[in-house]
Amino acid sequence: MSVLKTEGATMRFGGVTAVDNLNIHIENNEIVAIIGPNGAGKTTAFNMITGVYKPTSGQVLYQKPNSGNAAMENITGKRPDLIAGLGIARTFQNIRLFKEQSVLDNVLIANHVRLKNGFFSAMLHWPFYYKSEREMRERSMVLLESVGLADHANELATSLPYGLQRRLEIARALATQPQLLLLDEPAAGMNPKETEDLTQFVAQIRDDFQLTVLLIEHHMQIVMDISDRIYVLDYGKTIAHGSPAEIQGNPDVITAYLGVEEE
Amino acid sequence: MEKNKTRFRGIASGLTKNKRRNLLLSMIAIIALTVFLHFTEQGATVGSYEVRVLNLCAVYAVLALSMNLINGFTGQFSLGTAGFMAIGAYTTSLLIMPVSVKAKVFYLEPIVPWLENVHWEGNFGLFGALLVAGLITAVAAFIIGFPVLRLKGDYLAIATLGFSEIIRIVFTNTQSVTNGSTGIKSIPNTANIWWTFGVMAFFVVFMLRLMKTSYGRAFKCIRDDEVAAESMGISLFKHKMLSFVISGFMAGVGGGLMASVLGAITPLLFRFILAYDILLIVVLGGMGSITGSIVGAFLITTAKEWLRWLDAGFNIGPIKVPQIAGLRMVVFSALLMLVILFYRRGLFGNKEFSWDGMFRLIKNAPKRVAAWFKPKPKGGGAK
Repeated sequence: MSVLKTEGATMRFGGVTAVDNLNIHIENNEIVAIIGPNGAGKTTAFNMITGVYKPTSGQVLYQKPNSGNAAMENITGKRPDLIAGLGIARTFQNIRLFKEQSVLDNVLIANHVRLKNGFFSAMLHWPFYYKSEREMRERSMVLLESVGLADHANELATSLPYGLQRRLEIARALATQPQLLLLDEPAAGMNPKETEDLTQFVAQIRDDFQLTVLLIEHHMQIVMDISDRIYVLDYGKTIAHGSPAEIQGNPDVITAYLGVEEE
Repeated sequence: MEKNKTRFRGIASGLTKNKRRNLLLSMIAIIALTVFLHFTEQGATVGSYEVRVLNLCAVYAVLALSMNLINGFTGQFSLGTAGFMAIGAYTTSLLIMPVSVKAKVFYLEPIVPWLENVHWEGNFGLFGALLVAGLITAVAAFIIGFPVLRLKGDYLAIATLGFSEIIRIVFTNTQSVTNGSTGIKSIPNTANIWWTFGVMAFFVVFMLRLMKTSYGRAFKCIRDDEVAAESMGISLFKHKMLSFVISGFMAGVGGGLMASVLGAITPLLFRFILAYDILLIVVLGGMGSITGSIVGAFLITTAKEWLRWLDAGFNIGPIKVPQIAGLRMVVFSALLMLVILFYRRGLFGNKEFSWDGMFRLIKNAPKRVAAWFKPKPKGGGAK
């Protein structure tokens, strides 16, 4: 069952075609990676999927969780908050935590999208709001515990070391209870040890939370270790697609990354 | 697992060991304030001039909270407070004025028939009038919010300022409803010190509670990072609108109280200067701090009054300073700059008052003072 599919998704900024005719599909519970040199259009692809940009042409289709065999929903150009509500969560290339707030609050707020109580019942502290507030806190703490951040719950988000900030960002995305998780260069700026931890972490949350993961990454090691399939972008075009082993041997990919050998 | 769960609860609710002591101290503080207000109302503590200043302090605190909600907590630079106050002030005044007074005040052009015989008397009348004032202002904020909340930063500030001026100009020209530029006089002074402090206390509790709910947290996240907030499923427009409407409601009530405290209003009172006065309180107290807004309101309002002696001319030893009109504002501005230099994020930053924090401060005060006077260690001596 496909979770996400793009059909000819294209994004142009003026004369620049950042992403050209992107056709990817992601099956349930897969880890799929998008790789490519700098400026290949990977983050733009993410932004099209999450609604930050509306594609110039083409479509983004999404299968809602528990929707059985219903047709896929067209989510092209929907508002980001609505897309998050549908079960697509993301992290950012340059960490975007809520800086002035504690680690716990960062995760708590991601529960807001699932909150069923209206503003007035929240203000009046009616019992069912109180209950959902308590549930949110407990869920958040369990989540923080599972990513190893429970001891830092009351610290300021920005006081965490870099690797943990990345982890917190992933935890925050998980708190929205997504079906599909988009990770934008989760290992950027990490040392080898942190990178290895992260690789295990991503594989583990995929199993624990029954997730489908789409990931952008530069670290070849992570990509080769955990992804089921890989798409390679270069100058906005999809130049290759296949399993890690296939990609490693693909001459186009090697050319894109290392340049052409002069005759 | 069970053990873990209780540990979570402990962290999650931020339990403190000193909870009991703090509760006791809070109760003592509230009782002391109530007793003080009681005797002040009886005229036993301070004179009527000071009571008036205290009233204004509380009203400004409400207005500062209103502006802090949208500017400090939600991060939307809105300067429309003066316009919203005008709506609240005029609504309240027209509802609580006696019929005979209305006839006298509207001497240039008679008041419109549907307002002519409205007179909401006494405390109940004022309560209803303030509520209606708040609601009408909230509706106005809702309507204005649709176009302006699509803007960000400086553009939002200019747009809200523009709407605020539009409201004022409209009020200047609707002679038969607002009495035009002459303004309204003889508004009943129903709002005594219980009213101003009561409304202030209500809104303080309201804000504390709001910031503890998921909606309050959503506001703060929008302030910290709009893009991230939106990707986490927070509808930016909906939450900005919510904050803007609540802020409008508070400004309307604050404006209504102000009208009843002052007893006379004209459209000129609600120029954009008024919004800056309130912004000053918010910034000085700390953007995103409820305590800061209250302390800021009391400090600035009283300082402005207290510094009046500067205008009258005075002697510094043998030097005679002549009477200079406006010297007060010069000194006032200089003081403000000093405060902002030392407390860049306002007196409270985005922190709130807590008894624990106060005791920590007292405990560490000697150390801090000592650190001031301690000679600085010579840095290596190598030049």
